[in-house]
Amino acid sequence: MHVILILLLALPVGAALICVRAPMPAARAVTALCGAACFGLVIALVPAAAHGDISYLRLLRVDALSAVFMLATGFLYGAVAVYSVGYLSSGSGHDYLGPRYARRFWVGLNLFAWAMLAAPMMSNLALLWVAIEVTTVISALLVAIEDTDGAAEAAWKYVLLASTGLALALLATIFAYYAGAHVLGEHYDLGFTQLLAAAPRLPRTAVQLAFVLAVLGYGTKTGLVPVHTWLPDAHSEAPTPVSALLSGSLLAVSFYAILRFYQVASAALGPRFPRDVLLVFGVASLLLAMLYLFGQRDIKRLLAYSSVEHMGILAIGVSFGAPAALAGVLLHVLGHAAAKGNAFMGAGVLVRKLGSKRITSIRGGLDLLPWSGPLFLLALFALGAMPPFGLFRSEFEIVTGGLGSGSYAAAAILIVGVTVAFFGLAGSLTRVLLLPPPDRGGTALVRGEPSGWMVVPVAAGALALLLLGVHPPAELTDLFGRAVALLGGRMS
Amino acid sequence: MIAAAVAAPSTLAGGANVIAVGVLLAEFGMFRQALLRDQVRLYAAQSALLSALAIVVAATRHLPELYALAGLSFALKAVIVPVVVRRLLRGIGADGGDPRWSDIAGSHTLGIASTVLIAIAVAAFGFFTVAALGIASPVLPATALSISIAVILVAFVLMIVRQDVVSQAIGFLSLENGVSLTALVVAAGLPLILEIAFLFDLLVVAVVFGLLIRVHHGRAESMSTADLTSLRG
Repeated sequence: MHVILILLLALPVGAALICVRAPMPAARAVTALCGAACFGLVIALVPAAAHGDISYLRLLRVDALSAVFMLATGFLYGAVAVYSVGYLSSGSGHDYLGPRYARRFWVGLNLFAWAMLAAPMMSNLALLWVAIEVTTVISALLVAIEDTDGAAEAAWKYVLLASTGLALALLATIFAYYAGAHVLGEHYDLGFTQLLAAAPRLPRTAVQLAFVLAVLGYGTKTGLVPVHTWLPDAHSEAPTPVSALLSGSLLAVSFYAILRFYQVASAALGPRFPRDVLLVFGVASLLLAMLYLFGQRDIKRLLAYSSVEHMGILAIGVSFGAPAALAGVLLHVLGHAAAKGNAFMGAGVLVRKLGSKRITSIRGGLDLLPWSGPLFLLALFALGAMPPFGLFRSEFEIVTGGLGSGSYAAAAILIVGVTVAFFGLAGSLTRVLLLPPPDRGGTALVRGEPSGWMVVPVAAGALALLLLGVHPPAELTDLFGRAVALLGGRMS
Repeated sequence: MIAAAVAAPSTLAGGANVIAVGVLLAEFGMFRQALLRDQVRLYAAQSALLSALAIVVAATRHLPELYALAGLSFALKAVIVPVVVRRLLRGIGADGGDPRWSDIAGSHTLGIASTVLIAIAVAAFGFFTVAALGIASPVLPATALSISIAVILVAFVLMIVRQDVVSQAIGFLSLENGVSLTALVVAAGLPLILEIAFLFDLLVVAVVFGLLIRVHHGRAESMSTADLTSLRG
C-alpha cells in the first residue's frame, strides 16, 4: 500500500516535469495517462483505507476520510486530463492560444492535481496547511493563464483573499499546536492521531479559537459565505478544465481540512459548538448562493454560485451530526465532484461551440451538440438532486439524518434552499439547451461536437453519478462507514 | 513538563513584549510610507525584529533549534523576499525608477490620519479581546500574544485601505509576519522542519504575488486596483 502513496505523490510531478520539455503530443498523452493512472491508484487504495489507516514515515497517513476526498480529486484529475486534450486543440490540430500557453497549462494542471492529491495524505495539520497553500499558488497562476483583463483581475483577487484566509488557517494551526502542547509537551508535530488521542484534555478556549479560525480560514477556500467572494471570479475566468478542478476538487479538499479540525474540536469540546459554527456558515452559504443563482449572465459564474450552494449543503450536513447525514455528506463530496465537473465541462463545450460565456448568447445546445447537450442536461438534473443520480441519494441521506437528529428547522431550510436553487439553475440553463440556435445571418452553426475528447470524460462522469445514485459499490459503503465513525457518528 | 522548561520568564516576557511592540510600530509605519521601496524596507526591518525575538526565545527557553530558525527567517524574510519582490518589480518602475509608478501615496481610500485612528481602534480591540480570552500558561508572554493579534488586525486594515496591488501584497506579507509573531509566542516548540516548510511556502507565495503584480501591471498599465471592478454579481 505504501507504494501507492509514493506513486500518487511521484506520478503527477513526473508528468509535470515531462511536460516542461516534451513535445506537445507527448505532454498531452503523459498527462491523460497520468490522470487515469492516479484515479486507478486511488481506487486501489479504497479497500485498504476502508479497513485501517495506511501511514508511511510519520508524514503520510491515509484513513477513510482522506480516501473519500482523494477519490474525488483522482476522478476529476483523470476526467479533466482527457477533456483538456480536446479543450486545447481547436479542432484542426492546432493548439488553442498557442504552444506556450499549452505548455504552461499542462505543467500547471499536473502540479495542481498533485497538490490536491497530496493534501489529504498529510499526517499532520501543519503539512496539511502547506499542501493547501501550494494548491492556492498553483491554481492562482492557472486562473491567470489566459492573460485577459478578467483573468488578471480574478487571479489577483483570488490569490490575495485565499492567502489571507490561509494566514488565518495558519493561525488556527498554531493555536491547535498550542492546545496540544499543553498535553503532549513541546515536541510533538501536530499529528492528527496524537491530537485526537489527547483531545479530551486540551484547553477549551484554545481549541474553540482554533476551530473558528480554521472554519473562517479554510472556509475562504471552501467558498463559505461570507468569505466566498473570490470564488465566482476565479471559476468564471479560469480555463474550463481548471474551473472543473477548482469547483469539484479544490473546494472539497479545503473542506477536508475543516473536517480535520472538526474531528479535534468535537472530541475536545463535545459536538455542540463545532456543529453550531458549521450550521451558521452552511445556512448563510446555501441561502445567499440560492439567491445569486437567479439573474446570472455568465454561465460559468452561475455554476460557481451553485458550488457555493453545495459547500453550504456539506457544512449543514456535518452540523446535523447524525451518521446518515455524515454518510450523505461524504457521498455528496463525490457526487458533487462528478456533477459539477460534468456541468463545467459541458458548459465549456457550449462556450466553445457558440463562442460566448453569456447565457443569453448561448442557445440551441440540444440541437447543436448531439452528445454534450443531453449530457449537460443530465448534469443539470444531477446538480438539482434529481433521482437517480448520486446527489439525490446524498441529499436524501443528509435530510433524513437532519430530521432524525431533531434539526427540523435546518432540514426545512435545506429542502427549500435546494429546491429554489434548482429552479434558479434550471431557469437559465434549460433556455441554453432548449431554445433554437441563434440565427447568424446565413452562416448557421453546424450540428456536431467540437471534439470527441470533450465528450468521453463527461459520459464517464454521468455513469459515475448513476452508479453512486443507484447502487454504490460495497467497498465505497464500507469506506463511508469507517469515515463516519471517524467523524464521530456511529453506523448501525 | 512545560513548567520545567522555564528558565527566566521575566526576561522572556520583557524581551517578547518590547519586540512585539516594535513589530506593531513597524506595521503602523507602513501606513504613511508612500514609496514601495520604503514599504519593503519596513517589511525587512519588521522581519529582522522577528528574528531577534526568535533569538530571545531560544536563549531564555533553551530551544536551540530556534537559533537556526532565526537565521533562516532572517535570510529569507529580511533579505531574500525583499530582494525578490524588488527584482520582480524592477522593470515596471515600481521600485522608484520611474516617478509615475513609484509614488503610490494616492492609494489611500481615507486620509492617513483617519486610517491610523481606525488602525489604533482595531489594534486596541484585538489587544483587549485576546486578553479577555484568558489564554495563559506559565511560559506564555500574554501581552505579546495580544500585541501579535493586534498586528494581524492592523495588517488587515492596511490591505483594506490601500488601493494598489503592491501595498496589498506587502500588507499580506506583514500579516504573515504577525502570524509568525503569534507562532513564536504561543508555539515556540513547533518542530523546525515545519517552520522551514512555512518559510519556504512564504517564498513561493511572494514569487507568485510578484508574478501576478507583473501581469496586472502589464494589463492595466498601473498599480492601482481601481479598475479591478469588471467582475461582480
